[in-house]
Amino acid sequence: MNGKDEEKNYMNIVEMTATQLAAAIRTGETTAVEATEAVLARIEEEDKKYNCYVTVDRDGALAQAKKVQAQIETGDLTGPLAGVPVAVKDNICTEGLLTTCSSRILHNFVPTYTAEAVKNLHKAGAVILGKTNMDEFAMGSTTETSAYGPTKNPRNTAHVPGGSSGGSAAAVAAGECIYAIGSDTGGSIRQPASYCGVVGMKPTYGTVSRYGLIAYGSSLDQIGPLTKDVTDCAAVLAALASHDPKDSTSVSREDTDFSTALTEDVKGLRIGIPNDYLGEGLNDEVRTAVLQAADVLKEKGAVVERFDLSLVEYAIPAYYTIAAAEASSNLERFDGIKYGYRTEAYAGLHNMYKKSRSEGFGEEVKRRIMLGSFVLSSGYYDAYYLKALKVKALIKKAFDEAFAKYDLILGPVAPTTAPKLGESLSDPIQMYLGDIYTIAVNLAGLPGISVPCGQDDRGLPIGLQLIGDCFQEKKLLRVAYTYEQHGKKF
Amino acid sequence: MSKQYETVIGLEVHVELATKTKIFCGCSTAFGAEPNTQTCPVCTGMPGSLPVLNKQVLEYAIAVGLATNCDITRYAKFDRKNYFYPDNPQNYQISQLYLPICRNGGVEIETEQGGKKVVGIHEIHMEEDAGKLIHDEWEDCSLVDYNRSGVPLIEIVSEPDMRSAAEVIAYLEKLRLVIQYLGASDCKLQEGSMRADVNLSVREVGAKEFGTRTEMKNLNSFKAITRAIEGETERQIDLIEAGKSVVQETRRWDDAKGESYAMRSKEDAQDYRYFPDPDLTPIRVSEKMLQEIRARQPEFRTEKMARYREAFAIPDYDIEIITGEKPLADLFEAAVALGAQPKKASNWIMGETLRLMKERDVDASDLRFSPENLTKLIALTDTRQINSSVAKEVFEVMFEENVDPEQYVEEKGLKIAGDEGALKKTVEEVIAANPQSVEDYRNGKEKAIGFLVGQTMKAMKGKADPGAVNRMLKELL
Repeated sequence: MNGKDEEKNYMNIVEMTATQLAAAIRTGETTAVEATEAVLARIEEEDKKYNCYVTVDRDGALAQAKKVQAQIETGDLTGPLAGVPVAVKDNICTEGLLTTCSSRILHNFVPTYTAEAVKNLHKAGAVILGKTNMDEFAMGSTTETSAYGPTKNPRNTAHVPGGSSGGSAAAVAAGECIYAIGSDTGGSIRQPASYCGVVGMKPTYGTVSRYGLIAYGSSLDQIGPLTKDVTDCAAVLAALASHDPKDSTSVSREDTDFSTALTEDVKGLRIGIPNDYLGEGLNDEVRTAVLQAADVLKEKGAVVERFDLSLVEYAIPAYYTIAAAEASSNLERFDGIKYGYRTEAYAGLHNMYKKSRSEGFGEEVKRRIMLGSFVLSSGYYDAYYLKALKVKALIKKAFDEAFAKYDLILGPVAPTTAPKLGESLSDPIQMYLGDIYTIAVNLAGLPGISVPCGQDDRGLPIGLQLIGDCFQEKKLLRVAYTYEQHGKKF
Repeated sequence: MSKQYETVIGLEVHVELATKTKIFCGCSTAFGAEPNTQTCPVCTGMPGSLPVLNKQVLEYAIAVGLATNCDITRYAKFDRKNYFYPDNPQNYQISQLYLPICRNGGVEIETEQGGKKVVGIHEIHMEEDAGKLIHDEWEDCSLVDYNRSGVPLIEIVSEPDMRSAAEVIAYLEKLRLVIQYLGASDCKLQEGSMRADVNLSVREVGAKEFGTRTEMKNLNSFKAITRAIEGETERQIDLIEAGKSVVQETRRWDDAKGESYAMRSKEDAQDYRYFPDPDLTPIRVSEKMLQEIRARQPEFRTEKMARYREAFAIPDYDIEIITGEKPLADLFEAAVALGAQPKKASNWIMGETLRLMKERDVDASDLRFSPENLTKLIALTDTRQINSSVAKEVFEVMFEENVDPEQYVEEKGLKIAGDEGALKKTVEEVIAANPQSVEDYRNGKEKAIGFLVGQTMKAMKGKADPGAVNRMLKELL
């Protein structure tokens, strides 16, 4: 093969979806090794522009690709993702491969074990390309809080890719991986998917094992897929989902054959649009795109109604109280003693803790640790933390009531399209308010999906969010798939 | 001292549970392994690792709660206690604050005056132990061994119901026995599998309000506890008498010096920022689980004592001693089940076993010899195959090495010579060699025969039954 043909072949591969590529590998049109080489070449070419990756594991990926290819040829690997290269968010542990959470404090941390979700991908024949950039410890909505520099939106590099799984979303959009996995604590998969014009899903809490996911807000965190289309999303979610006895919050589910849900059938389905999700602060272009998407579903036979969800305004304070409280405790283990960054000079144990953590953590992480420590401190626990838990329970109740009337809820993912780099960090409160449509889903433990549904006049993508009741991923996938088939293409 | 004072004491008792694996991971709890060889991502606090509750820990905690008359919390939770220290790999300890597994219990103790009183149990909660710090003075650094990290503990918090060191010891003995009988722990103070912190205050007799209390740590024996209580009582009374006030603080007892010193005062007390651990789901104790644990509860000491009185003709004192250590009771019952006569089994335990345990500083739970071998030894003496002094000799070897006494006696040739002819010949020789003693005996000096028996035994190298020698001598004289 001469150089030109090779290049052409690579171009095709990076444009493919995961299920298309796996099919091509199965039929022998290409191989896992060729596919991996193609994606690595794309990373080599493009990543200086976008900074999607913290670590690219070139050698590991090629070795894995060879192994997987052999297993495909012997018929030991037959799944819909076998041989397909994937990018993994840098807060998910990979044995022997640097895992930093995009923080200085874990700049040298190489895990001794692999996260259960990644093990599941291995079983499905995935080839791990490397680890993607993120907001430090998943705290942020822009991937600008990373200690390794911001990721840029491949659709317009003056803009952020969203966050915290910004590296994963941008890598999918830029063809620097075929699909990626991220984590979603308050919208960290759905929002960057929306900003980058890809599909992202946060599964029902407990569907994907958290074992090996470096915790931010333990009661809210879920790992999920970022993909080029809904078909891939279903296949990746099916690979990720498992009951893991090592995670006490893991759920045993029978219905993980998610690809069976990919049918065009929304006739009679009741879809509710919360008025609360269309109110003040919502950008007009986003509103228009979302309502047009609802019209597409209506045309296909769904019953679409507006309703009042209520309590939405309390979701943000409740979320930032609970997530920060859990984070303040989860991040205590980063102390410079056992692994990670330790300050150079110190006088005694206490001073070492103080300096290592002050130097190792970035601004946003320190802000949330302080906020979390405050709401848990004696005398404030009841007023803040307990109250937030009560709000969480009420929000769950409000959703329960909504799902008594509707099969699913439709709305925007974020109030605006991707902001410019540098705009958000100057005003953290404004940044927190940007999570308004995504965080209630985490508080209630529900599944939510973000599907591209338009773009603004600058060409920045807009995402449509569909929210289901617990364990209703199939319904979400069915509606998202139907929309994808009939909505406008971008 | 013009005023009369009374001491008010409450205890926090930590007990290490005898599970094979740790509370939140599958690592072994075995003692004495090389540092950091019994560890995994969970018990070393690696990022991304998650705890999963060992069900055996819950069952032991509930069993202890039931045995100490507690209410079992049917919806319990684990909480995180946040504090930074290198022996605590996550920098939070998983414990229980808001919804502990057992509450509102109590045990009955005997007071010094011979009366009975109930010491209330405020709560029992489950938690994980920390690792061990080793300070290397030569290298001027500290090392951490996480083998202990995640070993399961229960903490039993009493009400401030005790009024003297003797009551404290009685309460601790009671707990120790209950837990030992359950098999939930070996409860050794010296080795740290049972640790007691003493909360103590004094007040004038008749006062309604409690005085300011201190908490005393590092108490490794009943003796240290007694001394610490006496010392702290005196220290507080001295302060009050001198017009000063007691400071609420944690103190460390130095048993060698016989005094305590302040570790930290209430002002330095950390805010542990307790909150429910989101990695562990709430514990729901079902009726079925409770019933199963209840059904599995063993015979406790009081019931055992009553049964012994009924079934075995042994003295009350023996019953008290034997049932006072679960391993002794187990040994006794097993030997009796194997056919040993209860009185004889009890004699061996009360006599030689206790003597050697004391002499060699051996704990009842560390006894090496099997009930089978004890039973065999008893049979050897019953059938007069060995005499009592040989039996004691054999027992000492058995105590150390658990040898089979039948084999040992055989190999060492310690059996009484059953050969009548050989005995008769020796006796005749002794009679011939000791005319004076023979003369004395014949003249009515009964004692003289003792000397002749001794001479015969000596000639037989101890392998004769003194009774048989006695009979033979009388016959021949």
